[in-house]
Amino acid sequence: MENFSIPKLPLDDWIDAGLDFLTENFAFLTKNISEYLEKIINFIIDSLIFFPPWVIIILFALIAWRLSGRQVALFTLIGFAFLWNLRLWEPTIETLTLVIVATFIAVLISIPIGVLAAISKKAYRIIMPLLDFMQTMPAFVYLIPAIPFFGLGSVSAIFSTVIFAMPPTIRLTCLGIKQVPKELIEAADAFGSTKRQKLFKLQLPLAIPTIMAGINQTIMLALSMVVIAAMIGAGGLGGEVWRAIQRLQPGMGFQAGIAIVILAMILDRITQKIGQKN
Amino acid sequence: MAKIKTVKLTKIFGPSPKRALTLLSQGKTKDEIFNQTGLAVALVDVSFEVQAGEILVVMGLSGSGKSSLIRCLNRLIEPTQGKVFIDGEDITNLDHNALLELRRHKFGMVFQHFALFPHRNVCHNVEYGLEIQHKDKAFRREKACQILKLVGLEGWEEAMPSQLSGGMQQRVGLARALAIEPDILLMDEAFNALDPLIRDEMQNELISLQNRIKKTIIFITHNLDEALKMGDRVVLMREGQIVQIGTPNEIITAPADDYVKRFVKNVDKCKLLTAQSIQVPAVVAYSDDAPRTVFDKMQTESLSTIFIVKRDNTLQGIVQIGSVKTAVSRGDKSIASLINSELPTVTATEPLTTLISILAKWHWPVPVVDEKHQLQGIVINTGVLAALAKKE
Ligand SMILES: Nc1ncnc2c1ncn2[C@@H]1O[C@H](COP(=O)(O)OP(=O)(O)O)[C@@H](O)[C@H]1O
Ligand SMILES: [Mg+2]
Repeated sequence: MENFSIPKLPLDDWIDAGLDFLTENFAFLTKNISEYLEKIINFIIDSLIFFPPWVIIILFALIAWRLSGRQVALFTLIGFAFLWNLRLWEPTIETLTLVIVATFIAVLISIPIGVLAAISKKAYRIIMPLLDFMQTMPAFVYLIPAIPFFGLGSVSAIFSTVIFAMPPTIRLTCLGIKQVPKELIEAADAFGSTKRQKLFKLQLPLAIPTIMAGINQTIMLALSMVVIAAMIGAGGLGGEVWRAIQRLQPGMGFQAGIAIVILAMILDRITQKIGQKN
Repeated sequence: MAKIKTVKLTKIFGPSPKRALTLLSQGKTKDEIFNQTGLAVALVDVSFEVQAGEILVVMGLSGSGKSSLIRCLNRLIEPTQGKVFIDGEDITNLDHNALLELRRHKFGMVFQHFALFPHRNVCHNVEYGLEIQHKDKAFRREKACQILKLVGLEGWEEAMPSQLSGGMQQRVGLARALAIEPDILLMDEAFNALDPLIRDEMQNELISLQNRIKKTIIFITHNLDEALKMGDRVVLMREGQIVQIGTPNEIITAPADDYVKRFVKNVDKCKLLTAQSIQVPAVVAYSDDAPRTVFDKMQTESLSTIFIVKRDNTLQGIVQIGSVKTAVSRGDKSIASLINSELPTVTATEPLTTLISILAKWHWPVPVVDEKHQLQGIVINTGVLAALAKKE
């Protein structure tokens, strides 16, 4: 049997070799970035925890009010108060910070890529299959290569979260721009608009609701990935779940799980309405 | 020099359009070419000129190439072959930047479905063209307000387009086009999406606006009544080709072929025929003629009345054969005392409807005069009836 089988393609070895090469040559750079980013993240977490929880809770409720109205604000208030009561305030803040930072970076990268995919057919043909690939790959595979570059901890978590959470914003930015009616593009052209003027004065503003829907999905994906990233030491609510698994404590596990669901709902409600308003 | 001139403009949609050019030169029709190659022939050898200040209406059924034609003028669509001259300059070879400059300053475009920017309020829509030109804010604002006033939308500056009725939206569309002070207005079925009453109102307003601003206007429509009302001249298109170019009068009185005739058949002639198209040359007598001369002229022409003009053709009035006869027998030296100068007059552009109501009360021919009161011709009641009866 062994003798007749076709030799195995050493795909794993190739990938390892590729990653080794990248690690050897770029790890010094990524480790530097990692150090700074870690400092920033810790600073945010520390400052949020420095204040009494009720201050932060009211602050978030106000933000929710501004962005999405009274109902969502009330929901935010009650939700966070509940998490505080469960004595999960610190892990909640850790998770929230990771989600916000990862989303921020993901959106910053995704929108230009989405725009590129929308205006260049060639770019579209390269980017879309890549997105399919990124989204089908099981999420925690991204964790493995992150470690040699960024070390164990929150930065690796953010790195894999960014990769995992980018696709919806890229896709929906692209879609939002392509959805701008041809008539309007023609009108802009008739007045002698340059490509850049069309993009900033017409296409992007009209795509905002769609892009916001993408960002909303990115936030949800980021949250799920940040939880998984507890496996490589990201802490937060995911860390609580992870610990419960290791100690076989279902009560504690579910409690942390429910906390994650509540956090997800708060984030979803706040960001869902932003796009709809316009 | 013509403001706009096209020379053998041809547009074919589809990959490697040159294939269709060969087939066209072999005399193949649009349909044959489409079946054979999948290429859509939109324009074939379209040549015409538009003078500054003129309203040229392009008219034809849907799919006849009107939109393609208007878009070739500012190269929103690239012509496959042929040339477009704006103010004598061939614009088919302009590079991208020069083309943008041309669009920014020469052309204002108005669209069938308005194409207003939904995220900008009325004022910012109107400012768009100036913003693109990097004009400063105060200037833009002032210009926009001024133009909005011109189109009757003062006080709506802050409204969003979705809050406006169709007619008002198209006023914004028009204002947006006018704000850049273009020489040329391109209007692609601009009023066809509006209710008939609003459309009529907009047509009248555009005509009166045009009297003040004197733009060169290319106005597309598939509605003949609108074409004849708006156009100084009308271009009739069919399957990408020009069938007839002419004044509204020429189109209805002398349709070039059956295609045009079919369009013209249902036109309300009372509104469209004018004194000019049914007037006949007048036999006149001069105010210094002796009664005898006038009488003889009337006898030979067998007229019961005759119009009297001065030697420079200025209309003086009308005289009856009976009074001339009396004057002759009395031995009068002049006809001055016989002239009835209280008579209705019309100008060449007077529509048939007015002529009919005049002829209901006035039983003699109606003189057609120009602005200097010089006699151009006369309208007789049989002429009106003949025009109405004439069915092509
Ligand atoms: N972008 C396009 N691609 C392919 N064919 C087109 C395109 N635009 C117009 N055509 C074809 O060209 C012809 C003329 O169309 P158009 O200029 O829009 O006519 P109109 O404005 O008179 O209705 C039609 O047969 C139409 O199908
Ligand atoms: Mg059209």
